[in-house]
Amino acid sequence: MAKFDLNDSGVVVIVGSGAGGGTLGNELAQKGMKVVILEAGPRVENHEFINDEWDSFAQLAWSDMRTTSGSWRVAKDFPNLPAWIVKAVGGSTTHWAGASLRFDEHEFKTRSTYGGIPGANLLDWPITLAEMKPYYAKAEDKMGVTRTNGIPGLPGNNNFKVLEAGARKVGYKTVHTGNMAINSEPRDGRGSCQQIGFCFQGCKSGAKWSTLYTEIPKGEATGNLEVRPNSMVIKIEHDQSGKVTGVVYADESGAMQRQKARVVAVAGNSIESPRLLLNSASNMFPDGLANSSGQVGRNYMRHMTGSVYASFEKSVHMYRGTTMAGIIRDESRNDPSRGFVGGYEMETLSIGLPFMAAFLNPGAWGRSFTSAMEGYPRMAGMWLVGEDMPQETNRVTLDPKAKDKFGMPVASVHFDDHPNDLAMRAHAYKQGAAVYEAVGATVTYPTPPYPSTHNLGTNRMSEKARDGVVNKYGQTHDIKNLFISDGSQFTSGAACNPTLTIVSLAIRQADHIAGAMQRKEI
Amino acid sequence: MREVDRRSKYDRRVFLKGAATAVPTVAIATSAGLTISDAWADDATTLTPATLKTLVKMARDIYPHDFLADSYYITAVKPWDGKAVKDPAIKSLINDGVIRLDQEATDRHKIPYVQVPWEADRVALLQRIEQTAFFQKVRGDLVVSLYNQKEVWPKFGYEGSSAEYGGYLKRGFADIDWLPKA
Repeated sequence: MAKFDLNDSGVVVIVGSGAGGGTLGNELAQKGMKVVILEAGPRVENHEFINDEWDSFAQLAWSDMRTTSGSWRVAKDFPNLPAWIVKAVGGSTTHWAGASLRFDEHEFKTRSTYGGIPGANLLDWPITLAEMKPYYAKAEDKMGVTRTNGIPGLPGNNNFKVLEAGARKVGYKTVHTGNMAINSEPRDGRGSCQQIGFCFQGCKSGAKWSTLYTEIPKGEATGNLEVRPNSMVIKIEHDQSGKVTGVVYADESGAMQRQKARVVAVAGNSIESPRLLLNSASNMFPDGLANSSGQVGRNYMRHMTGSVYASFEKSVHMYRGTTMAGIIRDESRNDPSRGFVGGYEMETLSIGLPFMAAFLNPGAWGRSFTSAMEGYPRMAGMWLVGEDMPQETNRVTLDPKAKDKFGMPVASVHFDDHPNDLAMRAHAYKQGAAVYEAVGATVTYPTPPYPSTHNLGTNRMSEKARDGVVNKYGQTHDIKNLFISDGSQFTSGAACNPTLTIVSLAIRQADHIAGAMQRKEI
Repeated sequence: MREVDRRSKYDRRVFLKGAATAVPTVAIATSAGLTISDAWADDATTLTPATLKTLVKMARDIYPHDFLADSYYITAVKPWDGKAVKDPAIKSLINDGVIRLDQEATDRHKIPYVQVPWEADRVALLQRIEQTAFFQKVRGDLVVSLYNQKEVWPKFGYEGSSAEYGGYLKRGFADIDWLPKA
């Protein structure tokens, strides 16, 4: 495995090792670039993962202090936990459920398609679906997505069978076990899904794609990639010409180190990435790096989410098998006659008893709550995930008071639902309940959004420098050797889960960075 | 369909190892058919037995599950004694909270909270203190300390960790048999 010198100014430094950073690191290493990935969390291998929700949360979750504000319920119920994401090598690809869906064409063109929506800061992406298609194909092959590349779908579990039967009864057409980056048969040196459940707690069998045991070891095997765990980047530095020169990070012992770099790519997820740019403010860039537009940290999106759980007369045991076991896609179209623009997906979801207690209706108590809990083995569940509106005021800023253990201001996340988000959620709750009632649900529970897992948009892509932070390659408009490589690039969120698009963008970005380096442009 | 055995899996031989192993022991006592005497609260060091018993009643009224014996609620609230030892602020939060709750009970029923006979009347008292830091802290802790007891899971039909059994591939992940034909 490679080991690069702190003073090696020829390396590409990537901050974060998840879907964006881990993929970019491997892609560049395969092309012969020297890469150092700095990961804030520890390296926890998949055999060490724990089939226990709270123990796993302690093992993997990003639980460092954050603050919240706004009218979203998360700010009240989980004021210091705006997001449920991971601090470990592999990032949130250890925790994700595996849903790998492509954007629709219109989802790259929201401003032109939806028009002017009051309060929404809509903008077309500077790229199109046609430009993305070859990269989506590469990502699907890399990740082994079911129902692509001749890979069969996964078998449906009990939770899916309930969803499917209900969906057919209400007339939905596109219902299947999903496009999942979970092996339905052995592939790429990894075995097939054992229906363990606990996808959110890290896949112990390795059937689910995670950069932890795919991209990262492949990159390391080239001799061009070094991953440094427990390395929290606190500042990006630049020279007098405005080019970035390296990063300062706290190593495992807490000591500050300076890693020089030819290129820096930030992939710390949509809360930490803007925080790092803002915390890197200097005399030359007093509002933070790459922030001439003022858009760094703005347009924070988290998807319109919510869940519907339903209890039946007889057992379901929804927790058996894959967490996200299937999907209804009929509502993902853009059909403003429903009372909102954009669409949403309906995907099975299950959580264990401990998390059901924590998330079904946070703060609730008494017989109505315990009656619901006692229905646990007879419950089916789905997650509703849809496009939310980018709003300038939904924003990651630096908390004026709270600081981390290195003295750096922590991220503060402000979020208010847009009226379009509320209309979509109301529709989704109604449709979700209808699916379950069609097959005999005795009670349904419209469950509020969990702390955010899809954090997007805070360093968005734009054609013009004044409208966003990065160009169509994730290169910042202001600093040509500084890139953003995670979901914070998203100009809009689309209805579907974001990981496939993050990975596709990272593959595309690697081509661009390698070309620009070879041409000595950066 | 493979149903979940709701009986406790815990071996009665483990019982009587002593109060130091408080967590499963109390639960085992019940599943072994043994009566829990009031003595469980007597080894508390900081909170009084009366305070702990009030917390147990309060825990049951917050999350009432009639199929759970007191032992599970005792397991859930007993750690407050240890926390009160370490942190005087916790000690006064709990003690003052219980005094306030008993005061509400005395004002309305002329008896302490634990003696108010109907759950609905006790719940009405809890609703009066629902916004206090004491109630919020006890409820917020309880939602984990009750539902995260592995001994409780089978009673809710939840099987917990599955990887060591090879997952559910051959153990009923798709065994539902009552759905109408699509």
